[in-house]
Amino acid sequence: MMDSPLALWHRAVSSLPFEWAGYEFMRLALLAVLLISPLLGALGTVVVANRMAFFSEAVGHAAFTGIAIGVILGLADPMWPMIGFALVLTLAIAWVRRRGALSSDTAIGLVMAFTVSLGIVILSRGGDFARYTNFLIGDMLAIAPRDVGWLAALGSIAAGLFLFFFNRLLLVTMSPSLARSRAKHAGAAELVFACLLAVVVTCALPWIGILVINALLILPAAAGRNLSRNTAGFFGWSVAVALLAGIVGLIASFYASTATGATIVLAAMAVYLLTLLRRVVP
Amino acid sequence: MHLPPDDASAHLGIAPHRCGECCTTMRGVSARRNRVAVLEDIDLHLHCGELTAVIGENGAGKTTLVKCLLGEIPHTGEVHFLDAARRRKDSPVIGYVPQHNSFDKEAPVSVLDLFAASLSARPACLGVSAPVRQAALAGLQRTGADLLVDRKVGTLSGGELQRVLLGLALTPVPNILVLDEPMSGVDHSGREQFYGLLSQLRREFDLAVLLVSHDLATLARFADRMVFLDRRIVCEGTPSEVLRDPRVREAFSLHSLS
Repeated sequence: MMDSPLALWHRAVSSLPFEWAGYEFMRLALLAVLLISPLLGALGTVVVANRMAFFSEAVGHAAFTGIAIGVILGLADPMWPMIGFALVLTLAIAWVRRRGALSSDTAIGLVMAFTVSLGIVILSRGGDFARYTNFLIGDMLAIAPRDVGWLAALGSIAAGLFLFFFNRLLLVTMSPSLARSRAKHAGAAELVFACLLAVVVTCALPWIGILVINALLILPAAAGRNLSRNTAGFFGWSVAVALLAGIVGLIASFYASTATGATIVLAAMAVYLLTLLRRVVP
Repeated sequence: MHLPPDDASAHLGIAPHRCGECCTTMRGVSARRNRVAVLEDIDLHLHCGELTAVIGENGAGKTTLVKCLLGEIPHTGEVHFLDAARRRKDSPVIGYVPQHNSFDKEAPVSVLDLFAASLSARPACLGVSAPVRQAALAGLQRTGADLLVDRKVGTLSGGELQRVLLGLALTPVPNILVLDEPMSGVDHSGREQFYGLLSQLRREFDLAVLLVSHDLATLARFADRMVFLDRRIVCEGTPSEVLRDPRVREAFSLHSLS
């Protein structure tokens, strides 16, 4: 047991000369941040380039209905219904978009209003909504070793799929017809990415919070965009900013006794504002 | 192989070496959008070494025709690609040059990234390998755009971007080259240069070229064949034949073309 990677991690971090490093929950939270934030920073590059920010916001908010379904099913942990519902929602939005029946933002806005309302109505029956506020602002410090294991597994799969489809996504962003002429299944790449994004956002929600998670996708990528003139730079800066904001935000939230997710977002916002100062013009 | 009368290869000093065998055939192609026919019963043969221009008014189905060729939208009828040995190819290499105004100008994507994403399996976000950079430079040299390799795509002028996209479409050398309004928003001298380059490359690589454009006057000099589209093929032939057709003259208000 002493030689497990997690035990090594605890030993390594607790040897740091900081007060926060002495707490097990902080060491676990730091590990979770190191897993979640670069992943969100990486996915965020495509979210920003592909103008999917409103979509990812909607997927986060759909968690209300996912939680409600879990409550109706009598589950202690609503994660599976949340993931399932986020995927259903992703496919529904893709279907509406493909039919071209509504412009994309109208379709997403409509679906989001519906899922949020449905979730709130179900969860607020009997005046019990306060039980679920943890999902709104997230609780990074409540993360358990088992959750970190899940995040690590999810992160590896998500990173692999993301890198596999990255080139096709890049071409789709530039021109869908060009992508089509260069690669098979270019259309599928977008859908796979949307599903991947839905799953990652949903899994990170309990720790980051429904209200702020979208900022963690957008801010690092927006900062990275200001600093780069090619794809590798964009990607590298976005991941680096996400990591920096994650670590600084987590530690700041420990000393200030604030919600971790929102503190990380403020740290990311500060970095973003700094990047405006030295924006690469051409 | 019949050569069109005012063949431009003579001025360019390039010997045409056409095989005349490989071709792309559309037979009875029709497409609908929201239950309305946007393309009806198209029969079209595109031969290698020939530049076929598709002209037509807005909404005539020109872009739909291109998307049928690319396999991007569902259609009835057949699209066949035959190689030089007359073998049918199910997945031909299609070089496609999109309308440049459809491009995202803000994205931090370099010219090299475009090539890397198109040519390599390695994700472009992890950097570009030296062989891919060489391939990109070779492709860009064909259109005189190799100095643009590290530029951000969004900062290129219309003419520069089209040369980059043409270089990309020629890497690898395609079975058929398709250009959709490549010159919208490019000035007159830029157009002349681009079509001259296209005409030269078509002979050099013995390419079948399909070009969608509004640019009648320039096309009249560079195209081998012209197709006037208005949901179906209204008329086709050499540029001078098509531009004499009364239906074409009316659609484009050509009253004083000599």
